[in-house]
Amino acid sequence: MSPTEPSNASQGNSGLVLSARDLAKAFGSNVVLRGIDIDVRRGQVVALIGPSGSGKTTVLRSLNGLEVPDAGTVTFGDADAGTVRGSGAGLTLDFAGTVGKREVAALRDRSAMVFQHYNLFPHMTVLKNIIEGPLQVQKRPRAEVVAEAERLLARVGLADKRDAYPFELSGGQQQRVGIVRALALKPQLLLFDEPTSALDPELVGEVLGVIKELADEGWTMVIVTHELAFARQVADEVIFMDGGVVVERGPASEVLREPRQERTKQFVKRLQHDV
Amino acid sequence: MTFNWDLVWSSFGPIIGGAVTGTIPLTLASFALGLALALLVALLRLSPNRALSGVARFYVSVIRGTPLLVQLFVIFYGLPSLGVKLDPWPSAIIAFSLNVGGYAAEVIRAAILSVPKGQWEAGHTIGMSRPQTLVRIILPQAARVSVPPLSNTFISLVKDTSLASLILVTELFRNAQQIAAFSQEFMILYLESALVYWVICLVLSTGQSALERRLDRYVAH
Repeated sequence: MSPTEPSNASQGNSGLVLSARDLAKAFGSNVVLRGIDIDVRRGQVVALIGPSGSGKTTVLRSLNGLEVPDAGTVTFGDADAGTVRGSGAGLTLDFAGTVGKREVAALRDRSAMVFQHYNLFPHMTVLKNIIEGPLQVQKRPRAEVVAEAERLLARVGLADKRDAYPFELSGGQQQRVGIVRALALKPQLLLFDEPTSALDPELVGEVLGVIKELADEGWTMVIVTHELAFARQVADEVIFMDGGVVVERGPASEVLREPRQERTKQFVKRLQHDV
Repeated sequence: MTFNWDLVWSSFGPIIGGAVTGTIPLTLASFALGLALALLVALLRLSPNRALSGVARFYVSVIRGTPLLVQLFVIFYGLPSLGVKLDPWPSAIIAFSLNVGGYAAEVIRAAILSVPKGQWEAGHTIGMSRPQTLVRIILPQAARVSVPPLSNTFISLVKDTSLASLILVTELFRNAQQIAAFSQEFMILYLESALVYWVICLVLSTGQSALERRLDRYVAH
């Protein structure tokens, strides 16, 4: 097994990677999260779906401290041998108390984020974008990190773009670099925030294809997405959110094919009509 | 009136000499110190701490709201009455640095704010601290945006250093003034000094273009 593939791939879905409880968050008077629970097991893919403003992106951002919830807890389990990020023992943050910079940094260190708008560093080449974290933050040896980056780039079909600047790439290519940048950190958990929403329709497939491969390899992932067909294919669990609460959760086949809640039914129907 | 060509040629030496030993080092030293000060002031201005950002705001307001010549006189002629006696050169460098610091701080602050918030977030998610993200991710991008306005500040500074002649700093314009007073050829000497300032600024503009091209290599054209 290559070093970037999670070492847990063969261990089944036993251990909890992440467990969030009662996450609550308000921006001023606007309450966006009203007590959210999420469990993510090893190798599991969880899809967060729901209408815009439902709070799904805020949940995702709370899991790595880009948003700091007003209340609730986030717990990470013990790290696996293959991960560099968050190596070592488990970690719990209780947001009801004051959460310091160091704690947020520790939380952030467990996961890696792929953004809707890629957020590549425009002043760095593709290779530099990828090795920046491993080199500058994780202080890993340069030769190792570069070799790893080149291998990952080849995997997503971008070996020849190593020395290109982000502006020279299509949106789909930029997002694949964004994914490689996250993988290079060797996180316990990959977070995707609407990874295809900013892409032209004909470029969506190449990005979803890469994410699906990662899912098949056993990466643990939480994905905020509007692509229901994709969620059905890759997600082990689908969580439907609306108005800051979880309306319905369960296996993708159930939530997306035979939703029980009226709100879920309407949402699924509307999105399928759009297609 | 006969045109005094001999004086034209013989005075170029002291004028260019004044540029090389006065104007240029004064400009470079003041701009370097001023930029460092400006970065500090810009960061204070952006600080969530109200006291710190208030101090920075006050500083920028005073510098931009008062004439450079007055600032120069306060430091050189005013401070001695408080027991602080500074030589012409240190006085000039302090005054010009403070002045550049005030103007460039606003440029740098705006340039930092022009970098999308997602760049901060991306820096944080790869594990960088705020200072690390600032230095490695934000400032290189802010630099690109701030080169044109900072070049304006730089070019203004070159010309503003002529004010130092009024606090006895031996630089380009003071040399020209002295020769003019001696020879009574004011037009020739002042046009000559204007020409030398202009040439310095032309060279700087070329440098600016080269720097902009270099920093633009990572943006779409």
